[in-house]
This record gives sequence, structure tokens and C-alpha cells, in this order.
Amino acid sequence: MDFSLSEEQCLLRDSLREFVLREVLPEAGELDRASLFPARAVRRLAEMGLLGMSIPEAYGGAGLDALGAALAIEEIARGSASLAVTVSVTNSVCAGPIARYGSEDQRRRYLPRLASGEILGGFSLTEPDSGSDAAHLRTRARREGDAYLLSGDKAWVTNVVEGQVFVLVAATDPSQGARGLTAFLVENSFPGFTFGKVEDKMGLRSSLTGSILLQECRVPVANRLGEEGQGFKIAMTTLDGARIGIAAQAVGIARGALEESIAFSKQRKAFGQPINQFQAIQFMLADMSTAIEAARLLVHRAARLRDLGNAAFTREASMAKLFASEMVNRVAYQAVQIHGACGYSREYPVERYYRDARVTTIYEGTSEIQRLVIARKLLESV
Amino acid sequence: MNLELTAEHRAIQEMVRDFAQKEIAPVAAKYDRTREFPYENVRKCAELNLLGAMVTEEYGGSELDSISYTLIVEELSRACASTGVIVSVNNSLFCHPVEKFGSEDQKRRILVPHAKGEKLGCFCLSEPEAGSDAGNQQTTAVRKGDEYVLNGTKNFITNGVAADTALVFAATDKAKKQHGISAFLVEKGTPGFRLGKDEIKLGITCSGSVEMVFEDCRVKASNLLGQEGMGFKIAMNTLDGGRIGIAAQAVGIARACLEESSRYAKQRKAFGKVIAEFQAIQFMLADMATEVDAARLLTHRAAWAKDQGGRFSLEAAQAKLFASEAAMRSAVKAVQIFGGYGYMNDYPVERYFRDAKITEIYEGTSEIQRLVIAASLLKD
Repeated sequence: MDFSLSEEQCLLRDSLREFVLREVLPEAGELDRASLFPARAVRRLAEMGLLGMSIPEAYGGAGLDALGAALAIEEIARGSASLAVTVSVTNSVCAGPIARYGSEDQRRRYLPRLASGEILGGFSLTEPDSGSDAAHLRTRARREGDAYLLSGDKAWVTNVVEGQVFVLVAATDPSQGARGLTAFLVENSFPGFTFGKVEDKMGLRSSLTGSILLQECRVPVANRLGEEGQGFKIAMTTLDGARIGIAAQAVGIARGALEESIAFSKQRKAFGQPINQFQAIQFMLADMSTAIEAARLLVHRAARLRDLGNAAFTREASMAKLFASEMVNRVAYQAVQIHGACGYSREYPVERYYRDARVTTIYEGTSEIQRLVIARKLLESV
Repeated sequence: MNLELTAEHRAIQEMVRDFAQKEIAPVAAKYDRTREFPYENVRKCAELNLLGAMVTEEYGGSELDSISYTLIVEELSRACASTGVIVSVNNSLFCHPVEKFGSEDQKRRILVPHAKGEKLGCFCLSEPEAGSDAGNQQTTAVRKGDEYVLNGTKNFITNGVAADTALVFAATDKAKKQHGISAFLVEKGTPGFRLGKDEIKLGITCSGSVEMVFEDCRVKASNLLGQEGMGFKIAMNTLDGGRIGIAAQAVGIARACLEESSRYAKQRKAFGKVIAEFQAIQFMLADMATEVDAARLLTHRAAWAKDQGGRFSLEAAQAKLFASEAAMRSAVKAVQIFGGYGYMNDYPVERYFRDAKITEIYEGTSEIQRLVIAASLLKD
């Protein structure tokens, strides 16, 4: 056992930490207020070679393993959870399945452009009436010659408007349920593809979320990802990996909340002394830091297991996602409490962290779905 | 980074798991009810060299790393939390400080038989008026010739009824407060040293907790551990390591809650199906499983940090705080899953529930852990 990071991992973490404090954090509040996409930071990450952090080096990415990506996402989320999810989505749920299930042609067409930032990617499974119950989606794909015609509405898609290519799941054979789903690489320029309304969200306001409307959208057969009927499997394995990213995002937000709270508690005075002299404040900080460490260890364990590649990591990814997302909601709550009225004001970043934290128990598998996954694995083993 | 157990770790884990399930678990309820000290358990643990797990072979120990030690305590505590703490105290709170701070003579004379498990040790810091505020020692030690004369009362001493040697903290210079505390190795039979009242406890009922009374107790100067005035430092350093043992104990209790609950949920029926099929039960189990894993990772991280040789107070405090509170939450859920049966002593979960509580209190309460953690966060 070795809990330390390698030199390379420390370098990655430290350089991103510095970048985030210097370039991301200062503008994150303003972008959040205006609901603006963090275009400059995305470009800077591309320049640093980290926009395609998980994309194989052969296709122009940084080729980070899951642990490296978890470290990177935590650092980015410490400054901006919106930027973190933007990057995480393009890597883990768009480039990831293309690298894993795509043909050589598909990899060459998309991965280098995703890595360079020329295009941004997304993932589209959820529909207005199917979230956790993902197998019952309504979007249909009908084969016609060398193309599929896709029709249906997709909801809550991250990286809409800015994204050019989406890994999108539709039913090729509705009678087969989960086994009748197929994944496609759908570009925003394909005829019949339109973005619907952009959602006005509580948090992650600089990450653009919205719907995709498909009306007989023509997708070449060459853009089918994997085989017909493989869509559910592709989606589920993709989400297993993505959950580690969301868990890392949650750890990053929580660390931001803790670091801001430590700094605030040192300078804020009440009853004649800095508030960090009161046990009430100290105990909140201690609980926050302990929960963050526990969450980070669960995240790193899941990532390590994924990188080893020889064992299932579904249970570990779900535990990391469940614990980290529930944790960040408690931690952000305490951060606002420590900041008092200042925590309720947009002048301080903890108000944003509090809102951003909320979605982590919901997307890429709600806490309830994670608990079902964990319980199923547990009860199988008894 | 590499968070997997080594083959050697797994071998130790399997060996102790097998032993604990075969030899310790079947008698745990009996000892819990009779409150008799489980001498037989301790003897068997000694045969497996579990009592001086981290002591070097030179002094009779097994020379294992701290992660192995946490695996041992977790497996024993999974079966019987009392046995877990008995072994933890001898390892962490007795052998460790004697090896680290003891003279060569003390190590040969005292450490060796305790590391081999021929004798048992205990740790006497707490007093009726000095628990978390350990610097406030009322027990005194006055040098007279080549002896120290100890006076005072210690309480809540785990292993006390069975211990051959007590590591006793006393004020040699009260004016210096915590810098005036010294540590002594007091052997059973030393004139003026006797056991006081037996403590009747909520949980870990058979761990032999007792009051210890020192009345003009004459201890040879050669049994002073370290230097005069070093006692508080020895105690705090020792407790850092002890907390890792208690964290491992808490993980063991939490795992016991989880495993018994999972098994019960699969056979107990209600509303026409086994209760494991209800989300209400599944979700409790999922939360327990997640917390057990998180607690174990924190515990292993603290053990690893200790073995790196630097400071590990923060890591140990985080592990102890989280694991003990996770054990308590798991025990509450386990009793709930068992319903009425969980309240009866026909099933083991009511014992786990009682045993879990102490982990939030001894070797530094949750409140002390939070103070340690906050001090570390705020120090720069």
C-alpha cells in the first residue's frame, strides 16, 4: 500500500492548482452570475494540453489514467465546478466511449479535435420522462440505407450549444428494452438536429445544459458507436467511469468550501476574537476536512481499480459518487454557515459552491441509484 | 499510489479472520454476559503472535507494519470488540511506548514478555478528574533515593484486571503542569499498588476495565520510562498510534453490523418477501457499506502515514473520528434492520450497538479528535 502521489501526479496537481487560483477562481463568480460559458479557461486548458486529459496520447490527448483525471478534476472544481463538469463531460462521457468502443475511423475523426478544443463533446441519454429509469427512453432510431433516422427529445444534456458531437443513445428496437438501445455519434450539424432551450439552473450556471431535439435526424451508419443493441452497455460502463469524475468534482467543490471557510474564519472576528477560536467553528472545519479526506480516498480507490483494469469497479465508483456528493452538500452547507450572512451573498464564493454542490447527488446517477447499485452488489455477495 | 493490500497483508487478514470466526466469535456473547476477562482468547492470540504485532523480532514481536496491525484489530473486533481492544491496548498503548521510549534494560526485562503475550500490559492516564484534560494529572510521583513514590487513583483502565504491568502517568512536578508529567512502568505486586473498583460498563463488558489505586506505591527509578517530564509527550505520541487501533476496532464493529444485517435481511420476511428486497433496507445497507469502506481507507491511510515515520496526528484523528462515528451509525441501523430482534441478546447486534459507543469516547473523544484536526487545519 502506498498513499502517496507520484512526482508526475504531484506536478499535475500543483500546476493545475496554480492555474485555477490564478485564472479560474477570479472569473468564476462573474461567469456564474452571467451564465457565461468559460470559453477562455477552456481554451487555456487546451493550450496546456489538458482539455483532452483522458484522451489517449496517440490521438492528441494527455493520456491521463483515471487517477490522474480525478486529481485534475478535483483541482479544477476547487475553482469552478462548471468548468470541471464541462471538461469532465467532454473527456469521460464523450471521448471516453469513442476511445473504448469507436472504430479507428471514428477515433481519428473525433478524438484529436476534442483534445485540441476545436470541438467540444457531450453525452445524451436522459429524456424528459426517463432519468434514473434509463432503459425506457423514447428516442427512436430507424435504419434507412446507410443512415439512421433519429427522432425524439433529449433532456438535461451538458455542453449544449457549445458542443458539436454527442454520444447519444436511442432505441433501435423498442421491443427489446435495454437490449434494443444503440449509441450514436451525433453532430450538431446533422440535418434534423436542433438544440432546444438552455436550462436556467440553480447551479453550474457556466455549464450549459439543455435539450436536444431530433426530428428525423440523419446519422450516417459510420457514426453508429459499437453494434446495434450495445447502447445500454456502453452507457452504463461509461457512467461507471464518469461517476468517478463527478465524485472528484464533489471533492473539489468541498475543498473550495473548506479552504474559503478556513480563510474566512481566521479574519472574521466576533466576541473579541477570530471566529476560528470558537469550538463551534473548529468542529465544523474538522468534520468538513475529515469527510473530504474520506471522500477523496474513495475516489482514488475507485480510480485505481479502474486503472488496474482487471476487476469490476462499479461498486467502488458508486460508493465514491454517493459519499462524495452527499458529503459536499453537508460541507457546502457548513461553509455557508461559517460565513454567516456573507455566505448568503454572492460576493463570496461559498454561495456558488453551495448551489453547485446540489446537483452532484443528482446527475450521472442519483444517490438513490448509487445505493441500489451498492446494495445489489452487497446482497449478491452475502 | 497503490491502495491494494499486499499478498502478505491478505495472508494475515485471512489467517486472523479465520481464527477470529472460529475461535473468538462463538464465545463473544458468553463473555459479554459474564463480563469475565477472556484469558483464553488472549492466550490464543498470543499463540498467533498478535500481541506484539509491530514490535521488532529482536524484542519478541512479529515486526509487522501498521497496516497489518489494523487488519488484525479489525478482524478480532469483527468477532468480539472486547478482544479487539485488549489486543490493541497491549500493542499500541503498552508495547509501542516501551519500545520507543524504553531503555535497553526495560525492553529486555519488560517489553519482551509483553510482546510475546506471556504478560499483558495496560495504560493508565485517565483519572476521575482528568479524561480529555489529561494534562491535569492529580496522581503524583515523588523521587526518594532510587525510587519514586506514587500516590493517586486511575480509572477506566482497560486490561486492568489482567494486566501484569501498568504504564502509569503521574506528576513529578505539578507546577510545570503537562511538562511535569512522567511515565512509569509499575509491575503487579509492587507494594502500594492495588486494583480498585471494577467498572461495570455499557459495552465491551469483558475488557477488564478497573480502577487502579496507588498508595505510597514505591517504583524503582529504573522503571521510569524516558526522562522525567516526558510523560505527556509519551502519552500523546502513544495515543496517536492507539487511535489507529481504535479506528480499526470501529471498522470491525461496523463491518459486523453490516454483515449480520445483510444476512438477516436476506432471510427475514415481511409483507410477503424478504426484507432485503425493500429499498428502505437496501439503502441502509448501502450507506453502511460505503461508510465501512471510507472508514477503513482512512484507517489504512493513518497506518501508512505512521509507517512513513513522520507526524500522523491528523490522519489518526481523522480515522478515529470518522470510523467511530460510522460504527455508531452502523450499529443504530443494524438494530433497526433487526427490529425487535435487534433489541434482544439472542442476536449479536445489540452487543455491537453497546460496543460501538465506546469507540467515540476512549483514546480521545470525538471532541478531542475534532480539536486535534482543527488545530492542524488552522496552524498556518
